[in-house]
Amino acid sequence: MHVPDGFIDAPTSAVTGVVAATAVAVSLRGARRELDERTAPLAGLVAAFIFAVQMLNFPVAAGTSGHLLGGALAAILVGPYTGVLCVSVVLLMQGILFADGGLTALGVNITNMAIVTTVVAYAVFRLLVKVLPRGRRSITVASFAAALLSVPAAALAFTLMYAVGGTTDVSLGKVATAMVGVHVLIGLGEATITALTVGAVVAVRPDLVYGARDLRQRLSLRVNGELVDAPAAEPAPVAARPPRRIWAVGLVTSLVLAGFVSFYASANPDGLEKVAADHGIDKKAEDHAAADSPLADYGVKDITDARLSGGLAGVIGVGVTVVAGSAVFWAVRRRRTAGPADVSPASTSGA
Amino acid sequence: MGAGHAHRLYRHGHSPVHGLPPHTKLAATFAFVVVVVSTPREAMWAFGLYAVLLAAVARTARVPARFLLKRLLIEVPFVAFAVLMPFVAEGERVEVLGVSLSVGGLWGAWNVLAKGTLGVAASVLLASTTELRELLLGLQRLKLPPLLVQIASFMVRYGDVIADEMRRMRIARESRGFEAKGVRHWGVLAKSAGALFIRSYERGERVHLAMVSRGYAGTMPVIDEVTASRAQWTYALTLPLSALVVCLLGWTL
Repeated sequence: MHVPDGFIDAPTSAVTGVVAATAVAVSLRGARRELDERTAPLAGLVAAFIFAVQMLNFPVAAGTSGHLLGGALAAILVGPYTGVLCVSVVLLMQGILFADGGLTALGVNITNMAIVTTVVAYAVFRLLVKVLPRGRRSITVASFAAALLSVPAAALAFTLMYAVGGTTDVSLGKVATAMVGVHVLIGLGEATITALTVGAVVAVRPDLVYGARDLRQRLSLRVNGELVDAPAAEPAPVAARPPRRIWAVGLVTSLVLAGFVSFYASANPDGLEKVAADHGIDKKAEDHAAADSPLADYGVKDITDARLSGGLAGVIGVGVTVVAGSAVFWAVRRRRTAGPADVSPASTSGA
Repeated sequence: MGAGHAHRLYRHGHSPVHGLPPHTKLAATFAFVVVVVSTPREAMWAFGLYAVLLAAVARTARVPARFLLKRLLIEVPFVAFAVLMPFVAEGERVEVLGVSLSVGGLWGAWNVLAKGTLGVAASVLLASTTELRELLLGLQRLKLPPLLVQIASFMVRYGDVIADEMRRMRIARESRGFEAKGVRHWGVLAKSAGALFIRSYERGERVHLAMVSRGYAGTMPVIDEVTASRAQWTYALTLPLSALVVCLLGWTL
């Protein structure tokens, strides 16, 4: 499923690149929380494992064989953040070293095969583990379902990208049917192997399976002939979500929405404008004072391509809004912190 | 680290391309592929010129054509896919040798084939003229997050170790008379994969302890800082810049 160069057009590749970079940045932080300073060696070795296990061929019938993709397996074994990181690193190295998957399609590939599979698999897995009774068998069943759904989900995500930025005029229905149809079959194989592998690890070292942490037995002490649960270790206090990350995610989302998704927004007048035009309400409406500004009517003046112009105007709009909003926020906070003598720790940490 | 650590994709040499700092090569390759992808597909001659440019680079790097062509074979699955396109695409159709093909599909197939092949050829040239460790250093110079570079370097260093471990497990299975024939044997293979995961994870823990006992505190020291002079940048960027000229010609002509 490695997408080569030229399959998806340049703007879509750029947007998926931004999505992939954001997700990898978030996962880097998340993985540090999952593994602390052991991140580099452990995630590296797990990435090497994913890389090796992709070379392990599973015979299907005479002559044909399949191999594991590993997104769901990584998510269940080492957690979603580390999983995203490991699969992304594998894809990056495959792109640069083995020319497997195009360099410009790296964003598309990482979004599809590292992010969508891992996130879908982990969400399904957590949900099922919560619903099903506690036990080893539920872990196996949940891994099966998670891997089964994750592969067609990636195929669907690819179809979506193809719909937005495909370079060939193949009808969407055909692409979707072919991709999802084939990948349901692949998903079945992936699901069986993932479930068996997770089952094998749970049987030997359940403590290594991130998704099965809840299965761990509480330590019990025999006090005067009675079994008493040992007190659980104090959970480490969870750090508050850093505002900078929320800010960055919001900014990226609004930029993507404004600059890119607005291509596809309806160019028809919105409900109010439509009603106004139908009933002649707007006859008297005067043109807005800014009607001849360079950004009037959500378009950039001298750019004739309607989509490009709309997108650019959206991006500029988001930029101006963010700058203006930050200026107001900054001014308000300056005044508030200037009043009392003590400076809040949040503002000193440079958030 | 001696000669045994070079990966099999790398082709040892002392050409001017081998000598360039890795980050300039990475940037040049990436820029070249971006330019190729944004060329209009109707400008067929432009892709010919790109191929000539790459051939010139291969010649300067003294990478033989056979080596390059053999490595291009990785593309084959997508060639099969591209061949299907003219049959399934929509729109205007044209008769070729009595078979009805879609015009849009033909263009699409050409587009994927040309751009994909050029992209693969560029990556192959990069990998065959740059050593693995250099590539990782180059990625770090290009401001990839250091943690990501560390993970990638561990993956690259231990990839062969883990693959070897997998090979030894296969030999152990086979010497006990096991032969994977079909779905019935997936259980055995999956148990091997599980054992491989446990071994990899435990190796990771041991590696971490070994590093901590040697003073690791979260970052790797950079021993050989590579810098590129202006001349080296210019030399490396000749490829994407000339490609850019071709691309602009393709848009205007």
